[in-house]
Amino acid sequence: MRPERERRLWMYSMMVKSRAYEQAIKPAYLEGKQPVFNMANGPIPGEMHLSDGQEPCAVGVCAHLGPRDTVTATHRPHHIAIAKGVNLRAMTAEIFGRRSGLAGGRGGHMHLFDPLVSFCCSGIIAQGMGPAVGAALAAKLAGDTRVAVSFIGEGAANQGAFHEALNLAAVWSVPAVFVIEDNAYGISVAKRESTAVERNAVRAHSYNIPGVFVPGNDPDAIYDAAGDAIARARRGEGPTLLEIETCRLEGHFMGDAEQYRPQGEVENLKSNDPIPRYRQQLISDGFATAELDVLEQSAARDVSDAFAFARSAELPTVEEAFHHVFAAGSV
Amino acid sequence: MNVSASISKVADVKHTELTAQGAPVAQDAVPRRRLTIAKAISEGLAQEMERDPRVLVMGEDIGRLGGVFGTTQGLLARFGSERVRDTPISETAFIGAAVGLAAAGMRPVVELMFVDFFGVCMDAIYNLAAKQSYFSGGRVACPMVLMTSVGGGYGDAGQHSQCLYASFAHLPGLKVVIPSNSHDAKGLMIAAIRDPNPVVFMYHKALQGMGWLGTVQRSIVPVSDSDYVVPIGTAATVREGRDVTVVAWGLGVHQAVECADILSKEGIDVEVLDLRTLAPLDRDAILQSVQKTGRLVVVDDDYRSCGLAAEIIASVCESGRAALSSPPCRVTFPDIPVPFAPQMERPLLPSAAKLVEAVRAQFLSQP
Repeated sequence: MRPERERRLWMYSMMVKSRAYEQAIKPAYLEGKQPVFNMANGPIPGEMHLSDGQEPCAVGVCAHLGPRDTVTATHRPHHIAIAKGVNLRAMTAEIFGRRSGLAGGRGGHMHLFDPLVSFCCSGIIAQGMGPAVGAALAAKLAGDTRVAVSFIGEGAANQGAFHEALNLAAVWSVPAVFVIEDNAYGISVAKRESTAVERNAVRAHSYNIPGVFVPGNDPDAIYDAAGDAIARARRGEGPTLLEIETCRLEGHFMGDAEQYRPQGEVENLKSNDPIPRYRQQLISDGFATAELDVLEQSAARDVSDAFAFARSAELPTVEEAFHHVFAAGSV
Repeated sequence: MNVSASISKVADVKHTELTAQGAPVAQDAVPRRRLTIAKAISEGLAQEMERDPRVLVMGEDIGRLGGVFGTTQGLLARFGSERVRDTPISETAFIGAAVGLAAAGMRPVVELMFVDFFGVCMDAIYNLAAKQSYFSGGRVACPMVLMTSVGGGYGDAGQHSQCLYASFAHLPGLKVVIPSNSHDAKGLMIAAIRDPNPVVFMYHKALQGMGWLGTVQRSIVPVSDSDYVVPIGTAATVREGRDVTVVAWGLGVHQAVECADILSKEGIDVEVLDLRTLAPLDRDAILQSVQKTGRLVVVDDDYRSCGLAAEIIASVCESGRAALSSPPCRVTFPDIPVPFAPQMERPLLPSAAKLVEAVRAQFLSQP
């Protein structure tokens, strides 16, 4: 099903916001890390996994989700968080390790929780799949039409948790959708060197559920496939595995020298960047340049507002590290 | 002497003989029926499932079978397969699913059949469950119970006989409890289900009351049919004494009480503390007792090094609040995998006799 006009504009706006976000992260992350790169330094320490190139996966899937649908995402979470509607100020404050961040600076960029939109992410490969089965089971037991979507990378398809979660989701027929963002690399190891099958979608057959491969990193095609899978889940017909061909325009993390890439690969990928491509598609489908420009400007404003908020936010004290180890009260 | 009344903390019961099987459910306020720990856990679960529709139970063989260690007896028939879910042998998936259920507002209880199996699912336990509150700044709690069997002594060898108390008690964000008797088992289970945090509920196989596995009879005590809570984080003094403190939990409590009985004939007055909760540790109760007695022995059937016994002794020593008349001592399993042959395993496990020796030594050595 081709997305309607408003949906396409929404997808474009989320893609450009996500890209603007990563563009803003880059200089902020490098502050204090030059001329000698030391990950521990600067206002944003630690690893930084950027999502440039993978935006179509996030928008094509999240276009079908509401705030009560659960999403579990990966160590590369920004595009998905933005498309899921995570509070941008609180998310940015978290990435800057500030008190007003989503977790008060306890989690950082790999551990973003926003219960208001049922979003979370975590740092270990395939880790979010079990919780997605649980969230989907909770929806099923409540008898409503919520779904749970777990985003993973293609490397996750070789983890035990992937296979266990698919089997459990299938045997319990829960409303879950598992989305593989195949960016062709697990850090430095190319998929063909790590994975015994050419297409991970075929692994769905082992669990007697549909497996759908979506080539081309195209938001409309992803929207279409995800729409089918999510509608199927909402109808109570069980889980689906989606495999989306995407690309990583940056390194695994910032500071990655990317020597494992064949010469010219990054240039080729960038020449096929999904965002300008989608812009062109929209224009040739009759969208006015001006209305796309407005979305881009609005995205830039939101990002700049979030970064200004985060930079001026208060830093936490060491005493606050001792809070929230346990939840208070009783349930 | 009858020590079970003191262990159970149910003072109004007088009995001299204990049976392996609990009597039928009585409706009177005064608890007269004795339950095994397995039945007490099952009853606690059933009452919480009745009270709170968010509670559900998942695990291997917990449905039709009622749990390999009898923890879910009668639940499937009463609550149906939506809320009592037999899982595939797939701990990573179903414990991970419990974390997602808890985040979504449910109250899952999952069983890890043997604690030894933690190797296939620890990520879901300590990276997901234990950190959900922290990484969400307290906005997403993880109210789940992971119940799991511990302990050896019956020839099941080193992948089905471990205790691993310290491995779990070490990890921030997890609470760890272990009952020594059926009264505490029910109350701790109800408390664990109502707690907004992940609680690892350990039960010792030597106390469980399964027909096919020997059971320490003193673990089978009167259990009230009411719904009551044994608070998490609070140790119990199961026997008061002036001369020496023995800190114990689970099976060790019964060895400590037996040791106290023996030594009372020699004029040594042993105080026995049942921790009941291993994390958070009730350091105040331990210190209070040791301040009174001036001597400390800990019994711990887990591996010796870096164990809970070591933590207890270190806590007392570094507090500077207890002047010890003798160096503290721990009676533990050694730092080796649990061997199969009874001739090797059994002499290495803590016992009442070893505790007696350790306590006697407290009165020989001078600091």
